[in-house]
Amino acid sequence: MSLSKHSKIETNVNLMIVLTIVAISFGTLVELAPLVFGQQVKEPIDGLKPLPALALEGRDIYIREGCHVCHSQMIRPLRAETERYGHYTVAGELVYNHPFLWGSKRTGPDLARVGGRYSDDWHRAHMYNPRDVVPESIMPSYPWLFDNTLSGEKTGRKMSALRTVGVPYTDEDIAGAQEAVAGKKEIDALIAYLQQLGTLLQIRR
Amino acid sequence: MTSFWSLWIIILTSITLIGITWILLGNRKLGAKKEDQATDHVYDGIEEYDNPLPVWWFYMFVITIVWAVGYLIVYPGMGNYPGLIGWTQIAQYEERVGAAEERHRAMYDRYLAMPIEEIADDPVVRRMGMRMFGNDCAQCHGADARGGYGFPNLTDDDWIYGGEPEQIETTITQGRQAAMPAWGSVIGDQGVEQVTAYLLELNHRNPDAELAKAGQGVFQTYCAVCHGPDAKGNIALGAPNLTNGIWLYGGSESEIAHSIRAGRNGVMPSFKDTLGPEKIHILAAYVYGLRNSAQN
Repeated sequence: MSLSKHSKIETNVNLMIVLTIVAISFGTLVELAPLVFGQQVKEPIDGLKPLPALALEGRDIYIREGCHVCHSQMIRPLRAETERYGHYTVAGELVYNHPFLWGSKRTGPDLARVGGRYSDDWHRAHMYNPRDVVPESIMPSYPWLFDNTLSGEKTGRKMSALRTVGVPYTDEDIAGAQEAVAGKKEIDALIAYLQQLGTLLQIRR
Repeated sequence: MTSFWSLWIIILTSITLIGITWILLGNRKLGAKKEDQATDHVYDGIEEYDNPLPVWWFYMFVITIVWAVGYLIVYPGMGNYPGLIGWTQIAQYEERVGAAEERHRAMYDRYLAMPIEEIADDPVVRRMGMRMFGNDCAQCHGADARGGYGFPNLTDDDWIYGGEPEQIETTITQGRQAAMPAWGSVIGDQGVEQVTAYLLELNHRNPDAELAKAGQGVFQTYCAVCHGPDAKGNIALGAPNLTNGIWLYGGSESEIAHSIRAGRNGVMPSFKDTLGPEKIHILAAYVYGLRNSAQN
């Protein structure tokens, strides 16, 4: 490129912006556009249902308490992971997740298939004080979950919001949401969320 | 992937590769031997030269482009084109799982064919069992298998669902669901107090004799169905022995009273799918080998 063209771009900020966008957009167009606009990763697996009201509130508590900062929800197709956690994660089980809670770091174990792995009692003891059941644990305690009561006032609105991005909640789901949640403790919601995680897909031995 | 998106990827990737090659070659100042020709950029007296890319750097670019083309031919990348070697992530995963399966198959089969009593002291079984226990059991039963509040101790001689090898194997395979109902509303506060006194008496803890005597009647009416007339429990129902001083949910007077009043529903999850029969066999042998280890 001759120097004159060079300076033409360098001295014209709008042209530079346009050309920069063109230069960096190819990766996005190739890697993301087929996934966003195609159907390949949007097909739910058999039997996948949107989260029930209580579990949906539990998921928001999971996000509020920052569980995803230390726990991933993404089992990679590596033998070491599937031996410990179960079947590797597939796109079809996560199509109703907005946003995803894949996480990026495992200070604690992966939770993608924690559902049914421990009893509700264990989760209660563990959340109240992890060291009561796992003495070497460094997980924080969450005692306030046992005191805070859910009103369910916003649960229906959360469901409608999710419906606008494609989660198939029915009108009955939304109408009954508040009743399903109101008066429950936060710990119940969180456990309801955890106990359904990844239960649809298991390695059958 | 539909053929539209496949073509989309192929065309855009090709444009990218051709484009960067063109930019790289089109900007190469071959023949422009005039070194140190300055551009007209001057900042605070510092001038910018218009020199060509260093040769090693230029060839690095060329190598990455050649590498990209080679990669896209050998591996899947161009839309639906599967690549020369037909590699997929899942096929590689399954191959590795299969290889491990093949490597361990004979060993698992050998142990599966042997009775648990025989392999419980086998050092290999104990090592493998300890690893599995650490991964799947220690969260509730503790790394030392001594349990905790609500989670049974596996190192003593008291077994809620039976301590014979087959019973342990069944417990791990199918899981267990305890079903102690809440008796508070049925027998009332007084009934709870009486039964508690009776249980204390069975454990030689000298409660009020009259209360205990009344409690015996209540116990025979409501509790003996599961815990047995002698209160020694029933492993078929997972009703614990109430006479040996071992209390899963605490043995103080108020804790016993609370268990009677509110009920208890401990859950042992099933590990059928997580571990499979051959690993459960080894794990059961390990747990069986733990019995009475607390005393050794």
